[in-house]
Amino acid sequence: MALLEVRDMQVEFPSRRGSVTAIRNVNFELASGEILGIVGESGAGKSTIANAILGLLEPPGIMPRGRVLLDGKPIENLPIEKMRQIRGKRIGMIFQDPLTSLNPLQTIEQQLVETIRIHLDLNEADARTRAINMLEQVGIPEPEVRIRHYPHQFSGGMRQRVVIALSLCAEPEVILADEPTTALDVSIQAQILDLMRRLVRETGVGMIIITHDMGVISETCDRVMVMYRGDVVETGPTRKILGNPDHPYTRSLISAVPRPDKRMDRFPLVEYIEEAQIAHRPLDIRTHWLGQSRDFGAANSEFLVSVRNLEMRFVTVRSLFRSKRRYLRAVDDVSFDIRKGEVFGLVGESGSGKSTVARMICGIYRPFAGQMIFDGTDLTSLKSLRQVNRHRRQMQMIFQDPFSSLNGRMRVADIVAEPIRFHRLAASNDEVKSIVADLLDHVGLGAAAGKKFPHEFSGGQRQRISIARALATRPRFLICDEPTSALDVSIQAQILNLLKDLQEELALTMLFISHDLPVIRQICDRVAVMRDGKLVEIADTETLFENPRTKYSKHLLDLMPRLGGT
Amino acid sequence: MLFFIGRRLYQAALVMLTVALVAFAMFQYVGDPVSNLAGQDTTVADRELLREALGLNDSVLEQFGRFIFNAVQGEFGQSYRMRVPVSDLIAERFPATLELSLVSALIALIVGIPMGVYTALRRNSWLARSFMTLSLIGISLPTFLIGIFLILFFGVILQWLPTFGRGQVVDLGWWTTGLLTASGWKSMIMPAITLAVFQMTLIVRLIRAEMLEVLRTDYIKFARARGLTERSISFSHALKNTLVPVITIIGLQIGSLIAFAIITESVFQWPGMGLLFIQAIGEVDIPIMSAYLLLIGFVFVLINLIVDILYFSIDPRLRVER
Repeated sequence: MALLEVRDMQVEFPSRRGSVTAIRNVNFELASGEILGIVGESGAGKSTIANAILGLLEPPGIMPRGRVLLDGKPIENLPIEKMRQIRGKRIGMIFQDPLTSLNPLQTIEQQLVETIRIHLDLNEADARTRAINMLEQVGIPEPEVRIRHYPHQFSGGMRQRVVIALSLCAEPEVILADEPTTALDVSIQAQILDLMRRLVRETGVGMIIITHDMGVISETCDRVMVMYRGDVVETGPTRKILGNPDHPYTRSLISAVPRPDKRMDRFPLVEYIEEAQIAHRPLDIRTHWLGQSRDFGAANSEFLVSVRNLEMRFVTVRSLFRSKRRYLRAVDDVSFDIRKGEVFGLVGESGSGKSTVARMICGIYRPFAGQMIFDGTDLTSLKSLRQVNRHRRQMQMIFQDPFSSLNGRMRVADIVAEPIRFHRLAASNDEVKSIVADLLDHVGLGAAAGKKFPHEFSGGQRQRISIARALATRPRFLICDEPTSALDVSIQAQILNLLKDLQEELALTMLFISHDLPVIRQICDRVAVMRDGKLVEIADTETLFENPRTKYSKHLLDLMPRLGGT
Repeated sequence: MLFFIGRRLYQAALVMLTVALVAFAMFQYVGDPVSNLAGQDTTVADRELLREALGLNDSVLEQFGRFIFNAVQGEFGQSYRMRVPVSDLIAERFPATLELSLVSALIALIVGIPMGVYTALRRNSWLARSFMTLSLIGISLPTFLIGIFLILFFGVILQWLPTFGRGQVVDLGWWTTGLLTASGWKSMIMPAITLAVFQMTLIVRLIRAEMLEVLRTDYIKFARARGLTERSISFSHALKNTLVPVITIIGLQIGSLIAFAIITESVFQWPGMGLLFIQAIGEVDIPIMSAYLLLIGFVFVLINLIVDILYFSIDPRLRVER
């Protein structure tokens, strides 16, 4: 008999304008000691399944049909108190973001002990001993000391270990892990996935891993269920699904995952999705507005951007006395050159200082020391705002989070027009309007999008708005700070193709920051690897991927999840 | 931590200095102190003597220095009208205002916090909805109107409670309290409720909004998924997180209770600072006005400092030096 069985599950979200069906006809079973992956893009209904199993659907969500059997006994319509006793005790859940899933005001000990004592009949001291054992089991060093700490004293990866300890502390039989490693770095992700595999092997629990990441699936799961817009499109053993999928959606989804092992001309699109077919109309830079009078200095250097001994410090401990102050050296003696017209990649794990470098170049942070030379001019030496603005116009930034980087109270047309107006790039208001319409058209949104507000768009569409806004100043240097890491694979492919097209058509120079090595391989000409604020290695992309010179680069490359278990 | 408090103390000193400057400037710009003190038949020579005796011929800087030197020692000069030291007047009136404010703050907190929590947890129940409607009324009704209604109903028609004054007070030497006698408490009830209504409704709405926000967070969802009891989730996890941002506002509100009890004190003829201040304005009694200003400034600065320290004890993220 299966440990957990879901039969014909359907979840609806009733609203005033009729009911939205989030998932329908979901059937699966999970055996002890098995890891089942549920994969799909955002909006596919993956998390809804987990919430529905635990009876934790966000209101007004309801489950009008379906059965959930735990050890053969139905649990879908239990009274609240009975259901509470199942949560944590028999079915545990791990959440996506370890930074927000722990109560910031309680120590790890308080949270663990409370959970243990609610489910197991233990006294305070025994519960504490058990809590320490749990922490040890999930690989937290010095558990006796660490247990007294607050969540903010742990790093992201350590917090996810604490979350796992909390989910496991009452010995549940089933664990639902909802994107357990999405918020983590590759090296931490590998450790956490290892840990989860080990726990399943040692304790024989059944685990469901919900993810959008095919790499995670291929590394951990025994079986996979693929979802698309609320429907299960296929279920099968991991090897079969990844190697030889039956359904066209699965096939195109897998082919859209950027390949770490080979450079390709363009990113394959998920053809199964209708919106994938947005045709990109090529533009001719000699006649188009974007190519007009690019009043760039005529410095005849091979390099557009050069960074010399850049350093940035953040104060971590303030003190009246200089000697007691503590700094975090976010960027430490970083130098590199970016050639005209190339795509220069910057990779590293979180906290390596890659975003800080970008922010210094475009002027959001003032460097503590060092020089930034843009087209022959030292940016740190500029005095007047006018000079600074002239250079600012030539470099633009595209941010990671498409939701917070657009002003929600401005119409899209105004968002895109703002830089044109600020830098007085158009003669009349009518000209501004026609330029904006044209830009929106070029990024694949259509001129009609200008009348809408950002919240009416999806993440990928918003990133297109960001790109249009960045292009609006006719820049020659584009800084992309993780432009696609918040997006689904299918959307990521579209955005990256768009960036690539624009880069070629407009002869843009690009600084491309990412933690995602396969993406870097596809888009960058040269790559710099950063670690703890220091530059580790600079190399041509192919050279770096084929024979990395430093140990750290090699380590990073080894951690890349590969499909098909190669 | 010490660095933080040190910086706050430094800022507090700056604020107090600024307030002192304003309080001092009142003497210079709101009427002439000599003509306020002297009668109509005082000779010019006498006026000049008085001017010299009050030190009004010294340089402004010297006068300001002396003003601060005296103020630090609790010396604010003599009231123009009542001819007694201002410090004595304040010592007599301040306990009344402080007791009234603290009792009404307690009422506001003890009633407001549970109501706020209830309206957040049972958002759609009819009781929560009626609380919200009531709180809207409470926020929009002017304080004096509530006071007058209370007087009319409980004082005039039912005649249960006294309509003015503090009732019997006990003199403890350095403090006069109305909290030790039955009549003192009886007199306290109506003014304290009047003063509390606005704060209470504010607290209800604040707690509700903040708590709804906290209930949406991941750690509350995770707590549910771990099978913790609703009681523990609502009170030990959600409420404590709710209070962190709310404390600032509550602190400032308690400050304004002390500072702006004026209207309530006038309605109930409560012998507190506010009433003293209103009378001083009517009579252009500048020493009282400036002393009041300084005292209220001090109360606000003190409360803010306490709130900052409270933050440290509640939120561990501030306590630890990374």
